[in-house]
Amino acid sequence: MTRQGASDAARGVRPSWPIARKLTLFLAAIVALLALVSWGMVTSFAREAAGRTQDNILAASATSIAETLRSEGGQVRLELPYAAFSMLGAISEDRVFYRVAAGDDVLTGYADLEGPDVTPGEPSFGTLPYRDMNVRAVSVMRVILADGEAVPITVTLAQTRGGVRGIAAGLSRQAAYLSVAVFLLAVGMSAFAVRSSLRPLNTMAQHVSTRGPSDLRPLRRRGPPELMPLVRALNRLMDRLGGSIKRSEDFIAEAAHRVRTPLAIVRTQAEIALHSVEEEAQKQTLRRVIRAVDDSSRSASQLLDHAMVSFRADDLARERVDLPALAEGVADALRPTAEMKDIDIALAISPAEVEGDAILIQNALRNVLDNAIKYSPAETIVRVSVGNGGGEARIAVSDEGPGFGEEPAAHLMERFKRGDKVEGVVGSGLGLTIAEEALSAHGGRLELGRNVEGGGACVSLILPAA
Amino acid sequence: MRFLLVEDNAELADSVVQRLGLDGHAVDHAATLSDAEAHLEVADYDLILLDVMLPDGDGRDFLARSRDRINTPVIVLTARSQISDRVGALDQGADDYITKPFDFSELEARCRAVLRRRGGLARNEITLGAAVFEPNAGTLRHGDAVMDLRNREIRLLEVFARNPGQILSKSQLLDRLFSQDADVTENAIEVYVGRLRKKLDGAGVRIETVRGLGYRMSL
Repeated sequence: MTRQGASDAARGVRPSWPIARKLTLFLAAIVALLALVSWGMVTSFAREAAGRTQDNILAASATSIAETLRSEGGQVRLELPYAAFSMLGAISEDRVFYRVAAGDDVLTGYADLEGPDVTPGEPSFGTLPYRDMNVRAVSVMRVILADGEAVPITVTLAQTRGGVRGIAAGLSRQAAYLSVAVFLLAVGMSAFAVRSSLRPLNTMAQHVSTRGPSDLRPLRRRGPPELMPLVRALNRLMDRLGGSIKRSEDFIAEAAHRVRTPLAIVRTQAEIALHSVEEEAQKQTLRRVIRAVDDSSRSASQLLDHAMVSFRADDLARERVDLPALAEGVADALRPTAEMKDIDIALAISPAEVEGDAILIQNALRNVLDNAIKYSPAETIVRVSVGNGGGEARIAVSDEGPGFGEEPAAHLMERFKRGDKVEGVVGSGLGLTIAEEALSAHGGRLELGRNVEGGGACVSLILPAA
Repeated sequence: MRFLLVEDNAELADSVVQRLGLDGHAVDHAATLSDAEAHLEVADYDLILLDVMLPDGDGRDFLARSRDRINTPVIVLTARSQISDRVGALDQGADDYITKPFDFSELEARCRAVLRRRGGLARNEITLGAAVFEPNAGTLRHGDAVMDLRNREIRLLEVFARNPGQILSKSQLLDRLFSQDADVTENAIEVYVGRLRKKLDGAGVRIETVRGLGYRMSL
């Protein structure tokens, strides 16, 4: 349940959009916008420049045609200069149309070509439909004296726009390629920049998460000033956390002290009284008092142990634990208790090592062994064997007591659940729960079985071998 | 045995002194660490019972400080049952710990275990007729034969040997011998008395049944 607790905490943090992705996308959008705008500008410049070139050439050609106009014996005459057309051909393969007219009187060229309105002196331009095509036209007007009469002659020159558009499109395409290239480069660079500016954050996170369970020292890493508020907040949090852990430990110690000292007085006084009273009924009462005191003190111990196991299992220490030495230590600590009932604790030990929290494993074994002694009849043997096999380390504790009865093993490991053979024995029903929790925090388990030789219970503590 | 009890709660200290006195132990009481130092300077003790939370400091710090000067075995009395505390007490030089409220027969058993480990148990012989009883070694010598006694037999025989000629009821014996949470009935007393009788056979000492009242050892 405690491991589940830890992953619950991790699940609680639902990530919003990652900063790196957000920043990269944002930068990419800006770059894309810039690329688009610059491409658009280049395209319109290209179109305008190509148009202006065409206009200039058209005007020059029209003017050079107009310059060949002369009057000859009252007739207006002209020559179509080759150069005028070859200039137009220089831009592209576009078709060229022309018309030279004196008023409505067409002198030469395409009669149906209507140029833009024109005044003498200045060429005038226009884009107009002609024969299902879109043409750029220029008209130039020149006044010729013929027979002493001023005749205004209009020269109109038109050219289709395909070539010009082609040039503009080519330029625009080049600009598009360039924009895409710039865009890709800029996105790549901004992704890199984002990642490298976020790196201090990752290193800090890594530094915090690889700390040991009780390492609440303040962070002392250098980092960019933007991270300093976070570092300071983290440090304050750790400070408060350390303080509250210390306070709750102190509180538990203080509470235990305040509860146990009066219990100890009651128990001792009851024992003294037990020695001085004669009447059996009073003795019975005193014995009941003593049992009740023992009961509540044992419950208090196990509740504290249980809290402790849950607390330590949340952030499990990982150190090498030598099981034979650990088992010997626990057996030595409980031997005086066992001797009071003339129970021998027999150890059969072979090497076994696991990785984990020695204090938790010790606590699990102590609870199991304490149970075995409690339920064993006097003058029997409690056997503790330690060994290694099949990738598992195992400590088996078997006694010659009444065994577990018919109840399913899982029930006995439930909190405050006691078996059906517990009559007359003080207990809170937390012992096996504590052991089970301590073991499962290590990825191990508790196995309850029958002691084949002695007829009692056999409890095995199983842990993954190191 | 001579104990030094370092405990700041006067009521608890009083009753512990009284209760250990019932078992024939001499107990001096110190309420503070400095008080304890003063006692240790003038007298020798078999064992120190040391509380952890004292008005002038932590009992464990005292232990760590004075371990090189004081060689007396120490059993720490702790109100805390946190595992880490227990380990801490042992690491800092305590020989054992016992959690309050404690069972006096367990305390006695732990004291014996500590003293045995330290080799500090004085030789203590009680002559019972032709036999010699050594409670600390747990043996009964009778002529050339040396019999090992079990823990409960030792304690029962000790009670009889300390109260010769006195009638002891089964329930009295029960309360003196067994931890209160042990599943012992008065029948168990009969079993152990039976065994002692067998072992004392021929030594000129008898454990008599006083009908309706209990047992009496007559030398």
